[in-house]
Parts: sequence; C-alpha cells; structure tokens
Amino acid sequence: MIWDADDIARAMRRIAHQILETNRGTHHLVLLGIPSRGAPLAHRLAALIADAEGVEVPVGELDITMYRDDLRRHPTRPVGRTRVPVSLDGATVVLVDDVLYSGRTIAAAMDALKDLGRPRAVRLAVLIDRGHHELPIQADHVGKDLPTASDEHVRVRIAEIDGSDAVTLSSAKGA
Amino acid sequence: MRHLLSAGDLSRAEALSLLDLAEEMHEVQRRPIKKLPALRGRTIINMFFEDSTRTRTSFEIAGKWMSADTINVSAKGSSVSKGESLRDTMLTLDAMGVDCFVIRHASSGAVAQAATWVRAHVVNAGDGQHEHPTQALLDAYTMRQHFRAKGLGDGFAGKRIAIVGDLLHSRVVRSNVLLQTVLGGNVTLVAPPTLLPTGVENWDAAVTSDFDQALEQADVVMMLRVQRERMASGFFPSEREYTAGYGLTSERLARLKPTAAIMHPGPMNRGVEISSQAADAAASRVLDQVSAGVAVRMSVLYHLLGGEGDQ
Amino acid sequence: MSAHVISGARLADGSTTDLAIVDGRFVEVADAPADAERIDADGLLALPGLVDLHTHLREPGREDAETVASGTRAAARGGYTAVFAMPNLTPDTDTAEAAQYVAELGRRDGTCEVVPIGAVTKGRAGTELAELGLMARQGVRVFSDDGACVHDSLLMRRALTYLKPFDGVVAQHAQDPRLAGPGACCHESEISGRLGLPGWPSVAESTVIARDVQLAEFTGGRYHACHISTAESVEVIRWAKARGIHVTAEVTPHHLLLDTPHVETYDTTFKVNPPLRTSEHIEALREALADGTIDVVGTDHAPHAVQDKDHPFDVALPGMLGLEQALAVVMEVMVGSGRMDWPTLVERMAVAPARIGRLAHQGRPLAVGEPANLVLVDPERRAMVDREQTASLSRNNPYHGRELPDPVELTVWAGRVTYRR
Repeated sequence: MIWDADDIARAMRRIAHQILETNRGTHHLVLLGIPSRGAPLAHRLAALIADAEGVEVPVGELDITMYRDDLRRHPTRPVGRTRVPVSLDGATVVLVDDVLYSGRTIAAAMDALKDLGRPRAVRLAVLIDRGHHELPIQADHVGKDLPTASDEHVRVRIAEIDGSDAVTLSSAKGA
Repeated sequence: MRHLLSAGDLSRAEALSLLDLAEEMHEVQRRPIKKLPALRGRTIINMFFEDSTRTRTSFEIAGKWMSADTINVSAKGSSVSKGESLRDTMLTLDAMGVDCFVIRHASSGAVAQAATWVRAHVVNAGDGQHEHPTQALLDAYTMRQHFRAKGLGDGFAGKRIAIVGDLLHSRVVRSNVLLQTVLGGNVTLVAPPTLLPTGVENWDAAVTSDFDQALEQADVVMMLRVQRERMASGFFPSEREYTAGYGLTSERLARLKPTAAIMHPGPMNRGVEISSQAADAAASRVLDQVSAGVAVRMSVLYHLLGGEGDQ
Repeated sequence: MSAHVISGARLADGSTTDLAIVDGRFVEVADAPADAERIDADGLLALPGLVDLHTHLREPGREDAETVASGTRAAARGGYTAVFAMPNLTPDTDTAEAAQYVAELGRRDGTCEVVPIGAVTKGRAGTELAELGLMARQGVRVFSDDGACVHDSLLMRRALTYLKPFDGVVAQHAQDPRLAGPGACCHESEISGRLGLPGWPSVAESTVIARDVQLAEFTGGRYHACHISTAESVEVIRWAKARGIHVTAEVTPHHLLLDTPHVETYDTTFKVNPPLRTSEHIEALREALADGTIDVVGTDHAPHAVQDKDHPFDVALPGMLGLEQALAVVMEVMVGSGRMDWPTLVERMAVAPARIGRLAHQGRPLAVGEPANLVLVDPERRAMVDREQTASLSRNNPYHGRELPDPVELTVWAGRVTYRR
C-alpha cells in the first residue's frame, strides 16, 4: 500500500487549496469529475472548498467513454453519466480524475468539453500522477507523483465506490 | 449485440442497459451541440422498403448525432416480378462496406432474413406485422420516465399496461409484450376478437375485449392505430362502433387513474381510437415517445456499433 | 431391343421371384435371351414404378427452374415411371394444343411417362371453362387449376357434370380465396400469430372440399382433392366416401412429415401452398393415408429458381421439391413406423394414382405380360439428403440435411433402365 485514507485526505486538502490559490477564490469555478472515481473525488474537493470558503462550487461529471480514441479496440464499453450543472461558457473548469497515466483520458475529456461549451480555462487535478504520459498533457494539481514501471498497476480505492480509501501499487506478475 | 431483430432477443440486463444509456443520450438531445463522436467513421444505411417518415427521421438523427454517416435508401417494392430479390438488394449494399443496416419492410420476417445474408449489423425498424423492437424500447423508456415523474418508482414490476386496438396487424404489440416479459410489466391486451392474433392466449399477457374493465386499473394505456381498410375486411362494422367499444373517448379519459399515462405510437386517428381530448391531455405522453425515440435509437446504435464489433 | 433378368427380388407381398424383361414387358425367365443383362436384386424389393398425380415440370415457361428432361430425370431417381404434369405453365395447359405439346415434350425428353393435366378454366382464372372436351379427346383425363382454386360453385358444378362422358376427374386445389387470400402463407396458428405472417386457416381448405364433395354427389361427377393438409379435410373426405361419392384424395410427402415450426426462421424453402400444418393435422393425414381415406401420395414437386425464393416470406413463391424424396418420406413415416405395409404403399404411390388418372398401363402388377415399369428398392439404406445431389434444376429441397431412407437402386420404365444408382 502506498497511501492510506489519511494520506488521501491530506492530498485532497492540499489540492483544494491549490485550486483556490490558482483561481484566486471560487469565482466561475466548476469541478467536473471523470467517472468513475474522478466523480466522488470532485465532490470531495467541492466539500473541502465549501469548508474553506463557505461557497458551494458547481460539481458535475464528465463521462468520456464515447470520446475515447480506443473505443473501436474493445467490445462496446458501458457509458457513464455526464452531468454539467451550469453553463461552462467562461467558466474555469477543473477536471478531476484519480490517476494520470497516458493522458488519453484527459485528451478525450478536452474533446468532450468542447461539445459542452467554451470554458475560459481548463485545469486538471489528479490524485496520482504515475508518469508515462503519451500526450502533451500535465496536471495542474497533483496529490502525489508516483514514478512507476509500466508493468506495475496503480489501484486507487475510493470509499464511495470501493468501500475504503487507499492507493496500492502491484506488479503485473504479483497481481 | 450483433443485431437487434426482436425485442424477445434482449435479456433483462441488455434491455435495462439500453434504457439507461438512452437516458444519457436524452441529455445530449438537450445540449446546444448535439454531437457525440462515438460512431465517427461508421456508415449506417436506413433501408426503408416501406415509408415511415417518423421512424426513418428518428434513426437518421440518432445516427448523425452519434457522428455516423447515415444514408437513406428508399427501396420500395421488392417483388418477384420486379426482378431483384431482397437477397441481391442486401448483398449489393453490404458489399459497399457499410457497418449497419436499419431496415423497415412491409413483410414480416424480412429483416431477420436480411440479417442472415449480410456482414453488417442489422436493426429491425419494423417488419410487417411482426416486430418493432426500438418502438417497444422507446415505449418502455417513456413509461419509466412517467413512473418516476408520478412517484411510482423505477421498475416495471406490478405496473399495468393496457394495449388497445388492432393487435392482429400490429408489430408494436408483439415487441411490447416480449420486452415487458423481461422488464416485468403486466400487459393486458384489449381488442375486438376479430383483431386478436391467433394464439394470443399463449402470450405473456392477459387478453380481454372489455376496455372499460381494463381501463380503470391501467398505469399505461397504449392506443394503437386502427386502419380504415380493416372495415372493408369485416374486422369491425364501422368506426362509430369501434370507437364505442375500443376508443379512448373523453368519457373513458375521465375514468383513467390520475397517475396513468396515455401513449400512442402514431400516427393517430383522432376521433377513432383516440379522442383529441385524450391525445392532448396532460396524461398524454405521445410527444415524449417521439422525443425518446431519438435517444433510444442512439443507445441502440451505440450498443451495436460502439465497440470493436465482431466483423 | 433390351432384355434384363432381375434375380432374387422380393415383391411387396413378401414372396421372392426372378423377373425377366424383354421389349418392355415382363416375360417368363425361361424366355429371356442368353445375353440379357443380369441384375442381382438379392435383399431388394421390386415394386411397380411409382406414379405421381401431381408434378410441376415448369416447361414450357420456366425452363430455368425445371424442364421436362430434368424433372423426369428427378422422377426416375425417385422411382417414378409416370408423372402427371400440372397445367400452370406458360402458356397454361388449357387447350388441346397445349396439352399435346406437353405430351410431345414428354415423349421427346422424358425419362418417364409425362401425362398432361388440363386446366379446368381458361388461363386457370376461375371464370370460364377451358375446352375440356377437346383436351379429353387428346387423352387428358385429369383437370385442375392447381395453384388456384375453382372457387365458383357454379363452375365446379358445370365442370363435374361436363366431364362425365369423358370419365374425367376434377382435381381441386382447395383454398377459399377469401378465407386464405393471396398473402396467406402460414398455417393459421400460434406460430402465424407470433411471426406476424398472414394466416392460412385449415377451414379455408376443408370448407371448399365440403362444398365440392356435395357437388360431386349432386352431379355424379368424379372429384379429386389435391394435397389435402388438414384434419378437417380428412373428416370431410371420410364422410363423402362413406356416402359413396366419387371422391379421391391426395397428400404430399411434405405434409406427412414437416410441421409448421419449420417456418419459424422465415426460411422460404418451407413456404408451400397449402402451408405446413401442425402435428395434429399431420397425425390425421398419416392415419387417413393408412386407412385409405387418402388414396394417393402426390408429390406436388414444385421446383423454383433461387431468385424466386430469395424474397420476404410472404412474397417468395410457394413450393418445394418432392419427386426424389417422396418414397423415402413415405417409407420413413408410414412403413418404418409400422403404419403401412408395402402392398399398401404400392397402392397409394402407383396403383391408385394410375387408376385415378386412367393410366391403364401404369401401376400394374409385376407379372408376365404386364408393361415393365418397376423400381428396385433397398429398404435398409439411409443417407443424409443433400440438395446438391439432384437431377432437378432447382434446390428448394426441404429435406436437405435430414437423414432419410435412400431406397432407389434402379428404375425401369417400359423395359428401359431410367435410373441406376
């Protein structure tokens, strides 16, 4: 195990504060979690921001399944929810996901955003950045940089989905 | 899924998956930019051997919003005398490398036959008097939205669905009965005995010729179009008599449950099987059915064409 | 001049004998020439050559689907030595000249005897009588609008009456055109209801036959019910025979074996008119064939080109092949099951069809002095039916892929070997 629940909570608090600093408050801020585990993380960030600032920032979900560049390489994938609570025109959108790896999910998310509106800025917050990016994409807010080998497997558990919070690393052989 | 030929081919899980994705697609329908890239590069031919502006347009919009290239082919009149066989017609277009055929045909079974001849996926957009599975899906979708809006819950179990009219010649009723068999709704079929399909007593549905009795318990009343030419064949004596027995008149409208939904797959014969008061009543979900049609068909197309497929 | 000596064949009655054939007739074995071809028939049955009262040869008109040459080769492969050719050709066989032409084609190209059936009405349109008398003078004895029903009561009455001096028989395709219209294509049943196929109710057949047998009684005419397919029709025929009405009835091999569920995949190979019925009807037909209520098995051999079958079910042409598997099917469902013995099979497939069609030299016993028409049958051999293994030009074989008896070893028509395995 890399991180336990406390580690995750500390990282989330740090990311929430970074978002507020970068944005200089909550003005025009919209949090969009990428299903499945990005969605509860976005809601947690919104709660942390509400604690800190007393402002409820809009939180939504942005499913990117239909925008994936590998859609045709797999059997038909189930599609998650997309819920955008407010207009994104002129907003600062913070995309929230659990792990940044190849960057292809985020590239798909940027495509999906284009069909939903025209944000003033788009930022990316991830709990774990494990490297091996394949596209020119960097996270603005990172819980932990975790250098990994490509045959290792990073698993993020989120209480809302998995019953408890944890980050684990396993090798493909041991898994 | 390779094809969607019959509502009876769907498992409960598949049917619910289609309905759930349709909800997401319904959201897309409300966006300013109605476009998803999921079917980019896919080619869908809408082959309508029989006219149906409503269904063809619905499939065409669904395909386009999913970024597929959709082509409409009006291929009316396949007969022995006119030369080209249905098989040759299908093989010719299949050879062009299309990914999916959406087929409407006046002959029962023609779509299932076509599916045995082509490499592409096939969606049944209505075959003769046999089936119309996407209609049944959009009906179920509309019912579920209605049940939720009325606080009747999410499920179909225990819900009473009355389907009224020319059941003998209806592809809609066969698909609805098959779909509700997996979804759990209690279907009651209401028609004059002359318009009941042979063997209907073996279907997973109750059968009656007493609309007034079925009416008061129904959570959904689905009225089917009755065609005037049926009179000439002696199925019923007059429109007036049909309406008296099987029309959703204003009097019957008043006796519906307050939470009941009125549905009709269209086109409606106002004044015959449905009065204008009923068609335009607050309980009428007719336009919601049309709206759901696009979302449901987007969902169907994604389920068939969204992945690597099996080609 | 050909001569054959067939040794050790068992006859339908169970006795074993040697048969000698010279110049188209059975002779005493002692009278066979020394150079006669010797055929060892040990373990085989020798039966009279089969006679089909109901064949569609498609020539003239649709020579891409079948010709007299190909159809009669198929007949020989099935053990037949005579076929009656239905008149739904182009042109229809509704004149003496047309009948003569069909008979000539048979003499020229036939691998068995070809007997023309004349139409009852002009163009088989059901409105005016065809020239029945002129055709009868050409030797036509069977008249039918097959494919269409003589539904006008008055025309049926007139045809029955008019044909009496010619000893002609009206062979009716019984289908009430209102109860079973042009679109009707599936036995009206739970299956037609489920498949959404227009129903062809059993009563659309039996009500016509009920009317016709009463007209036959009233007129004293001779009436034959083609391809009866329902239990109700069997009851009507049984009643009519009990009253002594001159009525005979026919059943096809496919109506004895194949049931309605075969159409559940909309495979147009199984589209046939009248449609395949359900098991209770099949059981009634088998019983009636065994007890003689049904007189004959007629194949309704109906070849169709691929392009006429590759259509939606309600549009595709109805009909299926029958000549090559008819004997196999009857053996399977009637003899193999013990419901019918060999002499009865011979009666239903050779003797009675020849008698109804007034074909004096066919369906005769295998006896000295008689015309040498026979088929040698291996009662034990079985095989998987392969639609490609056929003499027919068409492939609409409903038995494809089914294991059936494969009986025919040798067919002899008028002393000539017309088929040898």
